[in-house]
Amino acid sequence: MALPRPCGDFKRSWEADEAVFPTAFSRGALAAFLLLLGLAPLAAGDFWLYLLNLCGIALVGAQGLNILTGFTGQISLGHGAFVGVGGYTVGILATRLNVNPVVALLAAGVAAALVGLLFGLPSLRIKGFYLAMATLAAQFILEYLFMRAAPLTGGAQGLFVERPALAGLAIDSDAKFFYLIMTVAALATAGARNLLRTDVGRCFVAIRDRDIAAELIGVNLFAYKLLAFALSSFFAGLAGGLLAYYVQAINPQGFTVLLSVDYLAMIIIGGLGSVLGATFGAVFITLLPELLKLAIDAVGGWLPIENIFPALREIIFGLLIVLFLLREPEGLAKLWWDVKAYWKLWPFAY
Amino acid sequence: MPDNAILAVEDVSLSFGGLAALSGVSFEVAPRTIHALIGPNGAGKTSLLNCFNHFYTPTAGRIRFEGRDITALAPHRIAALGIARTFQNIELFRGMTVLDNIKLGRHLHMGVGPLAALAYWGRARREEIRHRRFIEERVIDLLELEDIRDQVVGALPYGLQKRVELGRALAMEPKLLLLDEPVSGMNVEETQFLVRYVLDIREVWDVTILLIEHDMRVVMDISDRVTVMDFGRIIADGPPAAVQHDPGVVTAYLGEPGRREATA
Repeated sequence: MALPRPCGDFKRSWEADEAVFPTAFSRGALAAFLLLLGLAPLAAGDFWLYLLNLCGIALVGAQGLNILTGFTGQISLGHGAFVGVGGYTVGILATRLNVNPVVALLAAGVAAALVGLLFGLPSLRIKGFYLAMATLAAQFILEYLFMRAAPLTGGAQGLFVERPALAGLAIDSDAKFFYLIMTVAALATAGARNLLRTDVGRCFVAIRDRDIAAELIGVNLFAYKLLAFALSSFFAGLAGGLLAYYVQAINPQGFTVLLSVDYLAMIIIGGLGSVLGATFGAVFITLLPELLKLAIDAVGGWLPIENIFPALREIIFGLLIVLFLLREPEGLAKLWWDVKAYWKLWPFAY
Repeated sequence: MPDNAILAVEDVSLSFGGLAALSGVSFEVAPRTIHALIGPNGAGKTSLLNCFNHFYTPTAGRIRFEGRDITALAPHRIAALGIARTFQNIELFRGMTVLDNIKLGRHLHMGVGPLAALAYWGRARREEIRHRRFIEERVIDLLELEDIRDQVVGALPYGLQKRVELGRALAMEPKLLLLDEPVSGMNVEETQFLVRYVLDIREVWDVTILLIEHDMRVVMDISDRVTVMDFGRIIADGPPAAVQHDPGVVTAYLGEPGRREATA
């Protein structure tokens, strides 16, 4: 995706040429976006703030899966369970041991990373659909553990998690959570983008594009595949930890294979391997069902379709995704680049 | 010569099932030379190269690089010792830009861990810029890739892709560069360019080049020594002028003598 460079955009150092936001305009746009996002709690009501928070949590998890599936090309159907490992880690540490939330969140990431590392071991031998099956097995094994290790996980009832307090400040409202979640989400996004412009990220992409050639230039495939699993699960664990603190209740139903599929949908619809795409995808997949609900509720007043509401919502959700993928298989990120490229050349788009 | 050979192939055999691809191949490559490996199609040249990278495991014999036995090392370890390679059918990372492909060639010289990479701060940043400068000054400048460095490799014409692959191998700062048919499929002009690059590389970098090539004019022009293979065996080994008139070589290429006077 080589965008045409804007006129007069000359660089005087390699450092400037390596910048993610190369122009003053792009840096200004980023600052404006962050400022607006920071002001969002002033304008948004509880409902919208709740949705934004869910988007932020989904974003952390999606960036994680994008590292594994988007960058490294290792498909995973166990991401939801890795999120669950993070959730339960926070649940156990916060309720049983009353651990500081920052420590608990980091522990959630590390615990998930270790579990991810373990279930990433088969990736050295198997690829593609077979790896998908192996990670699906990871999903079911972990789900089983969430359910059966009742003394630790609370079994089917799950755990109740107290809201956290940071340095004496209780994080007890949607607005306070908003800042916590968005900070983590921003760090996760920046981290994923940074990864992609250093050797580690390039090695991941090399493994995805041509694993034989990667080996030939000295990439240790096994080590890097495991690293991708660990990093990806670390992000998943963070997302799970945030979710546990935010919704205050975790149980096995929250981390089923459906969650794994949701995460896959996010990065595929957003655009595999694109950090921006994972961002778009996380927001899109999180908001779409809620927006559909609002739309159908609005229409429901005039149409006698009350009984089939839930089913209708699922059908439209699926239909929209299929139509979308037909229209733009490379995802929302591609759409964004196309629009940008159009305006860069406008009105001289010969 | 045995002691200072950079690469020593000792009695290497390779068979797939009952089919012998290589039988008892032995030869040596002297440091800082351009050594050509030629032979008719199916002679086993690429199979031998694949043994050097350990994509194939020889059924017998051993391969020594700078005196060290590398026959059983993993491919990425062999790369780390200083052996780089290009392929007959280009093996680039097609979705990446030219610059990223060449940067990947620097992998073995980079040491940043995952946490530093996430933060892109301090050492990670300095390292990235240092290698960028190295690539720009030593590789991109030499191979004249400036104007395509930001383009995606998959969209480039074949000749340029070959040049990028050469750049990626060069960025590894190898001691031994294996080139598998570097000018195959190129027109005369592209061939001349690539040959000039190969000569430039030998001039500027302290590197030994082992190339497989079918273009005899190229081979005879630039090689210091030529090894000829046929049906998995070495049939001649020596300076280009000597090999050119070797009766065995003439037979391998042109068939039994007598039907036509052959001066290759």
